[in-house]
Amino acid sequence: MEYLFKIFRYDPLKDEHPYFEDYSFETKEKKSLLEALMEIRNEQDSTLAFRYSCREAICGSCAMVINGNFDMACRTELQKLGSSQIVIEPLPNLEIQKDLVVDMEPFWQALSQIKPYIFPGEKMQEQGHRIEEKEMEKIFQYINCIMCGCCYSVCPVVSRDERYLGAAALAKLYRFVKDPRDKRPFSSLSGVNTEGGVWGCDTVFRCNEVCPKEVRPADGIEALRRKLVVEKIKRIFRFGR
Amino acid sequence: MISQDILVVGGGLAGLAAALSCDPNLKVAVVSKVHPLRSHSVAAQGGINAALGNSPDGRDDSWERHAFDTIKGSDYLADQDIAELMCQKAVSAIYELEYLGVPFSRFPGGVIAQRPFGGAGFPRTCYAADRTGLVILHTLFEQSIRKQVKFFNEWLVTKLIVKDGKCLGVVVYDLATGQIVPVRARAVIFTTGGYGRVYSRTTNAYINHGSGIGIAYKAGVPLRDMEFVQFHPTSLFGKNILITEGARGEGGYLVNNKGKRFLEDYAPSAMELAPRDIVARSIQTEIDKGNGFDNQYIHLDLRHIGEEKIKKRLPGIREICINFAAIDPVDTPIPIQPAQHYSMGGIDVNAKCASLVEGFFAAGECACVGVHGANRLGGNSLLDTVVFGKISGEEASIYVKGSEETNNSEKFLLEEALEVKARIEEWEKRSSGVRVHRLLEELKVVMSENVGIFRKKKDLTEALEKISELKEDYKRVYLYGKCLRYSQELVNILEFDSMLDLAEVITLGALKREETRGSHYRLDFKERNDENWLKHTLVTCKEGKPQISYSGVNISKYKPEERKY
Repeated sequence: MEYLFKIFRYDPLKDEHPYFEDYSFETKEKKSLLEALMEIRNEQDSTLAFRYSCREAICGSCAMVINGNFDMACRTELQKLGSSQIVIEPLPNLEIQKDLVVDMEPFWQALSQIKPYIFPGEKMQEQGHRIEEKEMEKIFQYINCIMCGCCYSVCPVVSRDERYLGAAALAKLYRFVKDPRDKRPFSSLSGVNTEGGVWGCDTVFRCNEVCPKEVRPADGIEALRRKLVVEKIKRIFRFGR
Repeated sequence: MISQDILVVGGGLAGLAAALSCDPNLKVAVVSKVHPLRSHSVAAQGGINAALGNSPDGRDDSWERHAFDTIKGSDYLADQDIAELMCQKAVSAIYELEYLGVPFSRFPGGVIAQRPFGGAGFPRTCYAADRTGLVILHTLFEQSIRKQVKFFNEWLVTKLIVKDGKCLGVVVYDLATGQIVPVRARAVIFTTGGYGRVYSRTTNAYINHGSGIGIAYKAGVPLRDMEFVQFHPTSLFGKNILITEGARGEGGYLVNNKGKRFLEDYAPSAMELAPRDIVARSIQTEIDKGNGFDNQYIHLDLRHIGEEKIKKRLPGIREICINFAAIDPVDTPIPIQPAQHYSMGGIDVNAKCASLVEGFFAAGECACVGVHGANRLGGNSLLDTVVFGKISGEEASIYVKGSEETNNSEKFLLEEALEVKARIEEWEKRSSGVRVHRLLEELKVVMSENVGIFRKKKDLTEALEKISELKEDYKRVYLYGKCLRYSQELVNILEFDSMLDLAEVITLGALKREETRGSHYRLDFKERNDENWLKHTLVTCKEGKPQISYSGVNISKYKPEERKY
């Protein structure tokens, strides 16, 4: 099978504008898109830059836009794309460092802002917390996140509002809020009780659609909203009495 | 010049554990060639061992039994005092991880769940379904956000700077700018992981070139027991993605083309849960005898475990099978074959993770502290990373606080950086020569074919010849893409130097060791030989050539006996 790759190229230090470069690629075997990109880099153009590591969809390095779809290059099989022309673009909403390598810093900054760690409350117990599996199950959906950035990049709110933290960070916050071991005070959620936080979400659920690990991060955002509203009502009720 | 008290190189589990345990009053930073969450630790699946005794079948477990299993599993090449140290610290290490937020799976009653693993007398492996590496790495990374650990990501260390037996810092290649930069550090901790990509079939990530080990070797630090290379029994056929030992821990069968659970011929009492070296050899033997499928793989059958348990305990495996083999293990057996997985050997360090170079420490897979001997038990590598990662951070802190800072090292560091730069310019200037990826392909084939699961003198000698040819070819290597920013080609050229050294050290150790022990199986010396070979191999780089020596094994409690499973 012969493929025509159209790959987004841009070196901000050299190029005035981004452009697409064509590479033809032939293979008889089943190949992943990542394997194809590596071969193209090795055999045709070793200035082509992209990130990768695990090749098994667990490290989150190689997210990109493939014929318009957000996915990990490593788990994308060429044959399954159903087209001999393959257009590859970097994740949008992030600045381009070179070709398919984007600056993930805003994404990591957003993660830092939500305090993504457990607030353990009491002193360390000698034999650990005792928690039934069904309590822990509530967070399993969210711990599958591999921080690939697909949800952040696809989000229309991120693209227009630089304050918005994005779905991955907010879903991570919910992962901790929902963790039966977490004792963060309710007041610590005030930072996301904003337009830059949970109220920024447009609820168009693009994040849920593109997530390669089926995390459904918007579920977490919606749950945080509910929690904030319920707590607010409780407080009003308490003041009223 | 960037200057740190302690510089941790590598952002995987050992690196983060090290950084988090350094004295907070010291200036500490982590340098990593990828973002820490992209480290290969993230791919660990099955679990982490500690004798918690939480399983109904594991009430009598103790750290001593864990130590015994580790030592027996190592084919008695583990240093017993160090194995004991690790197993003793295991229990508190798990509870600390739990306290920090690791979402371990639970047993009824709410205690941390434990599953059986190979070579273990009791169900001892704590897990979070089959994503244990992912959740521990994310947790430690999140802790390092909390503690505001400084990271320099996408910086590849290219050289360790040693002067008069003392470590002064490193030289790095900054991928984003393409610059070569010296970094001064009073102590350096290497947590750079393994070298799986020296082999063509490996479970390891693409990034696992093992250059950290090679850089230490070039700087004069001895490597220990490098001939002991772990081949994991069950990697997905073709892609060689890891299929966790936990799949067998949960009850999976290994079946040949006759429909037989053939482990009964090799390890009749432990069956599928014998140690990895034994299971991997059994699988390869079956395939070689013609009992495989298409003469290439055998089946890991999980169907009898049932859909519910597979979805709950092994969701990651199921996802891998669906994504990468288009099969669902709920109703189809998984085609598997052995593949390189782990390095028992590494940078020679003592119980404090200190090497013979003052101020240079190592922990995790890149190090050989002496706990895994000739064969590592599943579930002990994550444990190794958190226990010795922590020790390395603590010990490096003690060292820094008790040592004098070397004055005027800046000039020396700059000169060393210039040397690296000059080498790169040479590759850049050349308009023809050899491409590094071709050399890498050749090296992988030699290592897989000649220095694999089964070894013999002729193959090993041939491999050494081929490696020295490749070393000659490497002198003519050139940079085809003339842009140094985010140049994976440059990364590969820089790291290939190390890969050649590692291949040489592995092969030389394997050739010299005329016995069979653990993962090292010699077709021409099929027996273990304690009289002559119950000793560690040490290889030191002297004027560019490997020099071999041996050192004693600490045998304090358990007399070596024949391994039967």
